[in-house]
Amino acid sequence: MLTRENTVNLVLALLLLVAPLAANAFGQPFYVTLATRIAILALAALGLNLALGLGGLVSFGHAAFFGIGGYAAGILSSHALSYEPMMFGLPGTVQMPVIWIVAVIAAGLVALAIGAISLRTSGVYFIMITLAFAQMVYYFAISWPAYGGEDGLSILVRNQFPGTNTMKPLSFFLVCYGVLLAGIALFALIRASRFGAALQAARQNETRVATVGIHPYRIRLTGFVISAMITSLAGALYADLNRFVSPSMLSWHMSGELIVLIILGGTGRLFGPLAGAALYVAFEFALGGLTERWQFFLGLILLGVVLFARGGLLGLLAGKAKHG
Amino acid sequence: MTLALALEQLLNGIQLGVMLFLMAAGLTLIFGVMGLINLAHGSLYMVGAFACAAVAAWTGSFWLGLIASLACAAAAGAIVELAVIRRLYDRDHLDQVLATFALILIFSEGTRWLFGDFPLYLDIPALLQGVVTLPGDASYPVYRLAIIAVGALIALGLYLLIGKTRLGMRIRAGESDREMIGALGVDIRTLYTLVFALGSALAGLAGALVGALQSVQVGMGEPVLILAFVVIVIGGIGSIKGALYGALLVGVTDTLGRFLLPQLLALFVDPSQAGMIGGAMASMLIYVVMAVILAVKPRGLFPPAHA
Amino acid sequence: MKKMLAAATMALSLGASGLAMAEPLKIGMITTLSGGGAGLGVDTRDGFMLAIKQSGNKDITVVTEDDAQKPELAVQIADKMIQSDQVDVLTGIVWSNLLMAVVPGAVAQGKFYVSTNAAPAALAGQGCNKLYFNAAYQNDNLHEAVGEYANKTYKKMFILAPNYPAGKDSLTGFKRYYKGELAGEVYTKVGQTDYAAEIAQMRASGADGIFVFLPGGMGISFMKQFAQSGVKIPVMGPGFSFSQDVLPAIGDAALGAKASGQWAPDFDTDVSKKFLADFQKEYNRLPSIYAVQAYDAAQLILSAAGKASVKDADAFRNELLKADIKSPRGNFKFNTNQHPIQDIYLTEVVKKDGVLTNKTVEKIFTDHGDAYAKDCKI
Repeated sequence: MLTRENTVNLVLALLLLVAPLAANAFGQPFYVTLATRIAILALAALGLNLALGLGGLVSFGHAAFFGIGGYAAGILSSHALSYEPMMFGLPGTVQMPVIWIVAVIAAGLVALAIGAISLRTSGVYFIMITLAFAQMVYYFAISWPAYGGEDGLSILVRNQFPGTNTMKPLSFFLVCYGVLLAGIALFALIRASRFGAALQAARQNETRVATVGIHPYRIRLTGFVISAMITSLAGALYADLNRFVSPSMLSWHMSGELIVLIILGGTGRLFGPLAGAALYVAFEFALGGLTERWQFFLGLILLGVVLFARGGLLGLLAGKAKHG
Repeated sequence: MTLALALEQLLNGIQLGVMLFLMAAGLTLIFGVMGLINLAHGSLYMVGAFACAAVAAWTGSFWLGLIASLACAAAAGAIVELAVIRRLYDRDHLDQVLATFALILIFSEGTRWLFGDFPLYLDIPALLQGVVTLPGDASYPVYRLAIIAVGALIALGLYLLIGKTRLGMRIRAGESDREMIGALGVDIRTLYTLVFALGSALAGLAGALVGALQSVQVGMGEPVLILAFVVIVIGGIGSIKGALYGALLVGVTDTLGRFLLPQLLALFVDPSQAGMIGGAMASMLIYVVMAVILAVKPRGLFPPAHA
Repeated sequence: MKKMLAAATMALSLGASGLAMAEPLKIGMITTLSGGGAGLGVDTRDGFMLAIKQSGNKDITVVTEDDAQKPELAVQIADKMIQSDQVDVLTGIVWSNLLMAVVPGAVAQGKFYVSTNAAPAALAGQGCNKLYFNAAYQNDNLHEAVGEYANKTYKKMFILAPNYPAGKDSLTGFKRYYKGELAGEVYTKVGQTDYAAEIAQMRASGADGIFVFLPGGMGISFMKQFAQSGVKIPVMGPGFSFSQDVLPAIGDAALGAKASGQWAPDFDTDVSKKFLADFQKEYNRLPSIYAVQAYDAAQLILSAAGKASVKDADAFRNELLKADIKSPRGNFKFNTNQHPIQDIYLTEVVKKDGVLTNKTVEKIFTDHGDAYAKDCKI
């Protein structure tokens, strides 16, 4: 159905595909890398949007999952390249699909633990406790000497994806773009499903949901875990993009950035994270090239968006969200 | 482990706790009364420190600098409240987080624009230099004792303000039921600006006091901000009493943890390993404590009774 | 006639400066120009650009960008500089973790990297590369020097560093040369601002000397608190703990502290005095060691560019290896792993004309290399 929002979504998706293709044709591989970064950040924010936009769970600690995905990629790859087995004698791997599965499972388990405790709280307490857990993971990563600590871990050769040469910027971009589209499809599916309805209902009116016989806690925990898994997948891709993973992926600044991306694009919107990621990366790149003081102007712009552009970019372009 | 060392470490923990209390009190007041999450609180801490350093360098007097830090932080807080925060009261926490996150960027980069890239110089006033001797033959810096004293005074002052004055009464009423006090004719808008300015002044004072002890540089407020949030969550958001107990708990736990954990581990592994692992565990300790407390008491130790 | 004379003079002077056949060269500088660590990046950029300006070489372009001390940003900027801006040489990174993120990829794409500061062991030993040069030192060097000095002077040392790879390397480097007793070995949190607990431990430890590695704001906080505490044990550290950019903020609390470094502003050589005067005239402040290192890196690149084209990697590399420069530090040549062999001195913080600065005391190491060169298989 071609509503205004769907049109905007289609345009955004096409732009993200066409721009790097064009850049590649014109011999400017750097812009392909930039587009890949947008796609990956969009996926990370998409994961968070499941918990935050649909579930109303403002997690200020999603960087923990982003980082877990990144470290999964880094650790598995470094063990494979150095032919040393990890603990329990398991070998490393450089195959992305395997890495993704490991990243997703690891993040899911951690999210289960974190969510089980955090979801007993609500409101600003929830925000703070998710932040605290992320900080714990962050300090742990800094102090763990085996995987570089604060210096981080280099991935010398980008991990492989069957059927393509991931070292080529365009090929890797297409892999990430594909994963992003899959993520968006998953998000749309969840939002339209009974589970998604319950999740959103729990955000809007917790008591009523309970009276109908659904446990808000269980629904939220499930939503939180799925959201963590998606963000972790993005983290694994990010580590491969930069060929580097470091504790900075786990910092609260990263968590804050993910939230910023969602709000910039439009909370709860299907393509909100993509719009937000595109805007943010574009600002950072354009402003950074103009002035050393770019963070000042970025702050002003963000402030302006919050105060005057409620509903983010998609709110501006596509009008108020239609609930469905 | 001598008595002197133990006493010194305990005092260090209390001093850290007191400094956190100054930050947390403002934060919890702002949240309790206005329901606003203020990530920019750390920036106001920084503003206080820079104001103190600048004025102290210009006039040669630390005390004038201290007054300047209170005034500047309060003024900055009031301006920010009038320009930005005012529009956020009706918004959800998400928008508040983003807006105050943006303010952090603006303050940090703006301060760097004004004052340059290098850290500023701020020293302890001559009156408060040196050490005193405590029981057990321990020496303790006068300045740190002074900070503890200031903190205690402020705690007392806040208690009197909140409990015994009309302003305090309005603040307490505002915490309980925002709409009602508006209906009863209290000027909410001015009240909010006042509370925000008060919270900011406390943060600025903390920044100036600590700036003399550490370094005055851009971004100095951020680690403290996180700790302050941990404190108010442990103590119960909106409760000054909770902020005090939470701050002392966090301060003492962190200091003793940093000191004792490596020693404990040194019994099992070699010293340099113990140092590294102990240091890492000590960093995580406060967060573990917070998680445990929230698991047992999801709204903190002393949550104020709310409508 | 006059015009011909002018043209001839110009041609002669160009020829004399040896830059007449300079090929166009594009340098990408990635350094920290925002945030708390900006002081080091600004000094790096200023020192580098001073040398470029002095050379008068119009064929060299320098593209500078701010990495905000974020590794992902540094990688992104490096990618852009290599792929979009088509730079030939990269330089400027201050922090080891950002360096580790950028260098492997950069050299894999065939670009030279000349480091102005960061010098992790990983790239000095097994990870060394023909295209990676270090104009500063190897991270362990300055710590080793203090260890050597302490070994001769003190019996019971208390040592402290932050709990991250550079911190651990620093204490390892110190212990490589210090063979006495350790009264304590403590790892603090990165970015920690309150050292009251650690100072109390120092007081109780019975140490006769204290070694700290606390760069930037951490060092400022520590020294101020230490001075206030009444503990009278002598403090020493590598040059970074007492570099020119943090001395004004520490204030008199730093007086008497001993440090190790490759250079101090009071060096008596003509080259050093001229550099000092030029830097002060251009930027109106005293240079730190970061500025000197960057200045030398620029000189190295300039000297190579004057004699070979960067497109011929082997030739360019050979010219770089010759290290044909006049460094304010004095002796400077490259080791087999393309890291410096240089002299390291003991300095003391003093007040000269009301300004805090480092004064040279004695030489600790002559022609000092590093512990990892033997592992490098270039």
